Amino acid sequence: MRHPRIIVVGGGLAGLMATIRVAESGVPVELFSIVPVKRSHSVCAQGGINAAKNLKGEGDSTWQHFDDTIYGGDFLANQPLVKGMCEVAPAIIDLLDRMGVMFNRTPEGLLDFRRFGGTLFHRTAFAGATTGQQLLYALDEQVRFFEAEDKVKKYEGWTFLSAVIDDGGICRGICGMDLKTMEIRTFPCDAAIFCTGGNGAIFGRSTNSVVCTGSAQSALFQQGVYYANGEFIQVHPTAIPGEDKCRLMSESARGEGGRVWVPKQAGDKRRGKDIPEGERLYFLEEWYPKYGNLVPRDVATRAIHKVVFEMKMGLPGEPAVYLDVTHIPREVLDRKLEGILEIYEKFVGVDPHVEPMKVFPAMHYTMGGLWVDNANQATNVPGIYAAGECEYQYHGANRLGANSLVSCIYGGMLAGPAAVRYARNVEQGCENTPSSAFDRERVRQQDINDALLNQHTGTENPITIWREMGDVMTENVTVIRYNAALKKTLEKLDELSDRYKKINLQDRTQWSNQTLNFVRELGNMLVLAKAITLGALARNETRGAHYKPEFPSRDDANWLKTTKASYKCGNITLEYEPVDTSLIPLRERKYTAAK
Amino acid sequence: MPENKFIVRIKRQQRPDEAVRWEEYELRYRPHLNIITCLRDIAEHPFTRDGRESTPVSYEANCLEEVCGACAMLINGQPRQACSALVDGLEKPIRLEPLTKFPLIRDLQVDRSQMFESLKRTKCWIPIDGTYDLGEGPRMAPAAQEIGYPLSRCITCGNCLEICPKVNAHTQFVGAAILSQVRLFNMHPTGAMHAAERLEALMGPGGIEDCDNAQNCVKVCPKNIPLTESIAAVNGQVIRHAIKSWLFGLD
Repeated sequence: MRHPRIIVVGGGLAGLMATIRVAESGVPVELFSIVPVKRSHSVCAQGGINAAKNLKGEGDSTWQHFDDTIYGGDFLANQPLVKGMCEVAPAIIDLLDRMGVMFNRTPEGLLDFRRFGGTLFHRTAFAGATTGQQLLYALDEQVRFFEAEDKVKKYEGWTFLSAVIDDGGICRGICGMDLKTMEIRTFPCDAAIFCTGGNGAIFGRSTNSVVCTGSAQSALFQQGVYYANGEFIQVHPTAIPGEDKCRLMSESARGEGGRVWVPKQAGDKRRGKDIPEGERLYFLEEWYPKYGNLVPRDVATRAIHKVVFEMKMGLPGEPAVYLDVTHIPREVLDRKLEGILEIYEKFVGVDPHVEPMKVFPAMHYTMGGLWVDNANQATNVPGIYAAGECEYQYHGANRLGANSLVSCIYGGMLAGPAAVRYARNVEQGCENTPSSAFDRERVRQQDINDALLNQHTGTENPITIWREMGDVMTENVTVIRYNAALKKTLEKLDELSDRYKKINLQDRTQWSNQTLNFVRELGNMLVLAKAITLGALARNETRGAHYKPEFPSRDDANWLKTTKASYKCGNITLEYEPVDTSLIPLRERKYTAAK
Repeated sequence: MPENKFIVRIKRQQRPDEAVRWEEYELRYRPHLNIITCLRDIAEHPFTRDGRESTPVSYEANCLEEVCGACAMLINGQPRQACSALVDGLEKPIRLEPLTKFPLIRDLQVDRSQMFESLKRTKCWIPIDGTYDLGEGPRMAPAAQEIGYPLSRCITCGNCLEICPKVNAHTQFVGAAILSQVRLFNMHPTGAMHAAERLEALMGPGGIEDCDNAQNCVKVCPKNIPLTESIAAVNGQVIRHAIKSWLFGLD
């Protein structure tokens, strides 16, 4: 029997889990990643991973987890698969524990669980406040074992440019670029699994890592893969604003008792710690007595916006509110939140044990992504699979905190075996694909490089275009969306796309040319930005993270449907498909009371 | 020089086989500026202080919050992460150089894959029977977790190798980060079952005996990992393992 050939693109949690599952089934894997996989963006996840293990005697159940997830996502997620994820989540935690993740423990030696947003249960397992890092390392180590056994071959320092799609519309390989030698090469495969993360870079400054550009998703979108629910972008309520990025201050700070407040007296110039308890407005606790500081992220973010921009009660001189953990015993902070408090102290230069932290919302997570079918993580192009943040199907209109890690791992667990099944049964292996299909794609990609390298008359700087794109996207396509502003955004994106054609590369060397790679990513970002904005413009309702003051309610009659964007010859069109709500009946989403 | 400007000197090298040159850039100061933003400012306007057009600087970076390990470089001679190096705290002009103990790729970018190779050679993983559902993992005392967790925060940045006098062209010393990882896996209940394999990997050239106890490593670790404690612990394990092997011929 021939060995199927599987490629995984992306080495974060989803990609590594998919790799492990494929390798475990005896099929060799080629794993591509821009950065050494151990440096993938999953390291940035802080607070924890959800699973209804019910170890706190609260009567938690996987159904409760499922219900919280669907309700938190404002009923936009297809329900059966979310149910599947919540049911497997406890076993995923056990697996990670067996892999050696240093989860925090109870005195009995069991896993400890903390509370997170959008639930009333202690459901979040955690390893300090660097849970994503710890999980990524555990999977990285397992993959290293398979690498030592010659079952996995890594291509670190390679970027994905495009899929190789034959005349029958079937994926037969990928085209990549070696970021050191700038060599462009095609790699045949029977199935390719994409686990390429979120697209924070489209918004300029986000909580995402540098590699989270959405470039791979955009390239696939331009090759015919649907992009679903692009308009759903999560803005995390608590981040440290920064010029290079916004650094996340995990929801776990609130899960461990952290409180969000502003001075009752607008413009109060006293230092936070000098303002007495009675003169503070704990607005989340006041407005949402049941969930308090642990309302879902979209709700908390809008509340902070309201306090700062409508009520003009932000901290003096800067758009920010306090996130306060100073009342929590130092011993608890050190054991459970050290990782994030250390970030605050290092980057702001203020000790959060003593002074309340100044935070503001920042773009954080991409709920939308590559369209995949329900059970297989398969896209509409045969042979192309997707898992993790780059696909759309687990979080609906808003992701609950600590659900991303579990969805990445679950998606990877499904995608790996599904790709192997497909590859074993594919009628013709990739070795029978005419070499012209590979040559064609390689030449097309080389031509793009050559055009950029040989353009000497350009006047535009790529960083400038990127910063302008980020500014307009953050201003108009994050927390609050007005149709007029969205239309202006589309015009701005068109202007930037025109200017993009006149880019001056500044670096024309053929050796580790990071500018060339960035410019290629930027081109893809501009396309995806447009798909996101078009989706937001069309959806005239408010649902989860998508908030339109002109259409302030959820509109199930017209908008209980998944957006599917497609791309043809430079044009983006939107179509819609129904959402599977067969398990939990629709109900109004409001966090002012228990659900 | 205007008050709101400062100078960054960067050691540039376009390829490993090309000549080294130093370039000076004059940048605009803003509060909370870090080295990453400096490098982006240069990419937006790649002109040296004397007005000569240059190229954007090559460097590695990803998370920008000191948890991925990518952006290690020499900043004023010290190995540290560029993201958490704030301009405010640095002596001016600021000097940026690539790490010296790893093969250079370009400018501030080096190839640290030898560290990942060392992790492979020392079998730094927990062997599991499979990813299928085998129930819960081993119980662990909170006190044990509190020793293990700090070790598992190693970001493989390479600072401890950079500063170590025994990591050089004449040795194959794996470095403190790797020794500390061996300690981590050897203390895990399942990992302990395979401790001997890891210790044996550290008994030959490049292993624990190469450590000269200079204790520089612990001072440059951005995650405050108790590297010298780890080295001592692993050294003890290797000695005990060697004696046992010598006495009984097996472990």
